[in-house]
Amino acid sequence: MSKPQKQIHLAAHFPGVNNTTVWSDPRAGSHIEFSSFAHFARTAERAKFDFLFLAEGLRLREQGGKIYDLDVVGRPDTFTILAALAAVTERLGLTGTINSTFNEPYEVARQFASLDHLSDGRSAWNVVTSWDAFTGENFRRGGYLPQDERYARAKEFLATTGELFDSWQGDEIVADQSTGTFLQDAKAGAFVHEGRQFDIQGRFNVPRSPQGRPVIFQAGDSDEGREFAASSADAIFSRYAALDAGQAFYTDVKSRLAKYGRRADQLLILPAASFVLGDTDAEAEEIAKDVRRQQVSGATALKHLEFVWNRDLSGYDPEGPLPDIDPDLGENHIARGRAQVRMYRDPLATAREWRELAQANNWSIRDLVIETGNRQNFVGSPATVARTINEYVQADAADGFILVPHITPSGLDAFADQVVPLLQEQGVFRTEYEGTTLRDHLGLALPHSRLRSSGGTPIDEAAGTARAAS
Amino acid sequence: MSSTSSSPLHLAVALDGTGWHPASWREPVARPRELFTAGYWADLVAEAERGLLDFVTIEDGLGPQSSHFLDPDDRTDQVRGRLDAVLVASRVAPLTSHIGLVPTVVATHTEPFHLSKAIATLDYVSTGRAGLRVQITARPTEAAHFGRRTIPRIEAYDAPATQDLVTELFDEAADYVEVVRRLWDSWEDDAEIRDVTTGRFVDRDKLHYIDFEGRHFSVKGPSITPRPPQGQPLVTALAHDTVPYRLVARATDVGYVTPHDTGQARAIVAEIRAEQERAGRAAEPLHVFADLVVFLDDDPAEAAARRDRLDALAGEEYRSDARVFAGSPAQLADLLQDFQASGLTGFRLRPAVAGHDLPAVTRGLVPELQRRGAFRRAYEADTLRGLLGLSRPANRYAAV
Ligand SMILES: Cc1cc2nc3c(=O)[nH]c(=O)nc-3n(C[C@H](O)[C@H](O)[C@H](O)COP(=O)(O)O)c2cc1C
Repeated sequence: MSKPQKQIHLAAHFPGVNNTTVWSDPRAGSHIEFSSFAHFARTAERAKFDFLFLAEGLRLREQGGKIYDLDVVGRPDTFTILAALAAVTERLGLTGTINSTFNEPYEVARQFASLDHLSDGRSAWNVVTSWDAFTGENFRRGGYLPQDERYARAKEFLATTGELFDSWQGDEIVADQSTGTFLQDAKAGAFVHEGRQFDIQGRFNVPRSPQGRPVIFQAGDSDEGREFAASSADAIFSRYAALDAGQAFYTDVKSRLAKYGRRADQLLILPAASFVLGDTDAEAEEIAKDVRRQQVSGATALKHLEFVWNRDLSGYDPEGPLPDIDPDLGENHIARGRAQVRMYRDPLATAREWRELAQANNWSIRDLVIETGNRQNFVGSPATVARTINEYVQADAADGFILVPHITPSGLDAFADQVVPLLQEQGVFRTEYEGTTLRDHLGLALPHSRLRSSGGTPIDEAAGTARAAS
Repeated sequence: MSSTSSSPLHLAVALDGTGWHPASWREPVARPRELFTAGYWADLVAEAERGLLDFVTIEDGLGPQSSHFLDPDDRTDQVRGRLDAVLVASRVAPLTSHIGLVPTVVATHTEPFHLSKAIATLDYVSTGRAGLRVQITARPTEAAHFGRRTIPRIEAYDAPATQDLVTELFDEAADYVEVVRRLWDSWEDDAEIRDVTTGRFVDRDKLHYIDFEGRHFSVKGPSITPRPPQGQPLVTALAHDTVPYRLVARATDVGYVTPHDTGQARAIVAEIRAEQERAGRAAEPLHVFADLVVFLDDDPAEAAARRDRLDALAGEEYRSDARVFAGSPAQLADLLQDFQASGLTGFRLRPAVAGHDLPAVTRGLVPELQRRGAFRRAYEADTLRGLLGLSRPANRYAAV
């Protein structure tokens, strides 16, 4: 008998503040009104998706010292919007990106435990570290954390919140009205954490939530980020949705699990993926081309080049050739608050490569950015897209995808109506939710509280650095 | 804001667990096992909305409830544990349509940047019904939950060191509110332009750095969240003394105070109005609400007996910073109108038993006040500011 088919995981990323979001399309609605989020979440739940995903950025992006105005600007608070979405959905998981550098464990643990209670066990946390002092200017802490300490803090932050979640076992509240015993353990919530990053103790004041802890996502791509994921995360939000790159990433990350005593199925790989549907493959290709041109205006193309050149290029003609000056190799002061800047680790090499490509193909600046930039990952008729997604998952390029539509909030509607039924027919995607919690959807075990589980081996030693309280 | 006995009276209710009496959870109506579910909170807020109340506040804290002022106790006979109030408010917002939602937030250990966008977002999800109640904490044990600073232990309430500490924490809270408010204004209302011809999504001249520099923190801005529907959601605070009265007078839209008789009420209102004048805000509307703990039954003897029964269960007489009222809805209506005549513009009622005294407010007190022409018969505005007769403030950064 052949290998059983993998079940696909699907999630929905509310389109955010980058140039994949086509706000100029007449069908584009609000990116901030709650009705948009509610529509998007209901569509994802109608399609039986695993979860909804929200990214986060804690400072408005700037270019050349001015707020970047060509993409969508502004977004709501992650926790608040997810709590409200819990009211208009019943099963959909709710994943929020929350930074470990500009928050404190006690507060974040309270927020996630509360969200988990208020959603009956549907919360997940994408732990990100941020990378810049620029963001720090909005916080009491300021930009104090050197880059090489980001993951040290993230790891200890995650371990500490784990200790707080585990400070309640789940059986403390008896609330016996006749005897007058509310708590059966006077010390419920007691914790002590002494570490390099955090030295805290006291009482955690949110009782254990339905999932025990939120599901943990990780999204960093560096070697450190991958180790962090292998040691401590339930799922990775990656940027490698293409077949080859996806398989390479998948193999790399899964091979790191064993040294943390974890099985390959204890960490799901879920790349961000964009898509375009048409009645036919040819029609979809045409639409996709149009969308790319909408995503990359001449002005956007020039700004994109500035990420690499680290110079003001506003004098250049986006329909003309690439600049023949070289990138400024100093610290990037042109584009701030941008993850993309860090994608181009060798600006000179990138500039050289791009010039050669542009010359060989007779591309303008704008053509180059369109051609080398992010293509939609899945383009075609619903049948083609369903088939391709399934092929990628069965070929271990991913365990599923976090879909990022380019239109808010209706961008998921056609996928839900046309692609999902085909995946269901193929038997690779659920037709009904089988469980109620996000852990159920993702096939993840419920964590036991480590603190009192004396004798028994804790089922998850993910947070290898966690110190038990007291 | 002047107030006569004929001007409308505003009513809020303060939600805290199963109610304000520590034995409230033992009443059959209390639902103590559901305290950590959304359904429990949705039902309470729906009841308050049925009674046309202006808003609910939701208590919170960065440590467990305690019968001691500073330290956790090890009691097992009272409710311990609570959910984050901002998230509770947000969870119920889509299920309600008129009532204001005012969660408690602790300024002492949290980030004004995070909080500002959280309340702005609550304003979006409730389409204009958000507020906050700002609180400080002087508990050393709660400081130890964060580990960023130590807070000296208060030994005597009237010691100069205590006064200094409280003043410092309130000064910090004042800065906090200032940052939150500036961040709400950091986007002008029409900053989002979606100008397809120039390709600009926002007019960046309408986004503003707030450049706040204070003793405790500095914040650059602008917010990541556009200006909320109310422009400025409602800012409120509870105050018992001169230092907090000053915060109320300078920085809030509603202050909650705790007079025990009309003479005290008059004195407190006068003190707050004087501070308001000193701050140059005399012309701005500022509500002063009195807090009252209420045991309400049609038969006053029943209310008193209920209080006695709960006190017996708790093992001690219930005491509060606020006046404790036990009686009938008609008697409470008399009291509120008396108090109102001393310059208060509304009341925040703390139900002793949420499951009993909240419905008694909405189904007993409210109809009584309506009969007297002292309370609304329908919601007359879409936003919380509107319900309270407060206009939508102009943006401080907008070019005139
Ligand atoms: C696909 C992807 C999505 C990300 N989304 C966010 C985000 O929404 N907010 C954020 O602050 N960081 C985000 N990050 C940044 C990372 O989580 C991480 O903090 C940063 O990349 C630095 O870590 P690294 O050096 O390991 O890449 C994302 C990264 C990736 C790869």
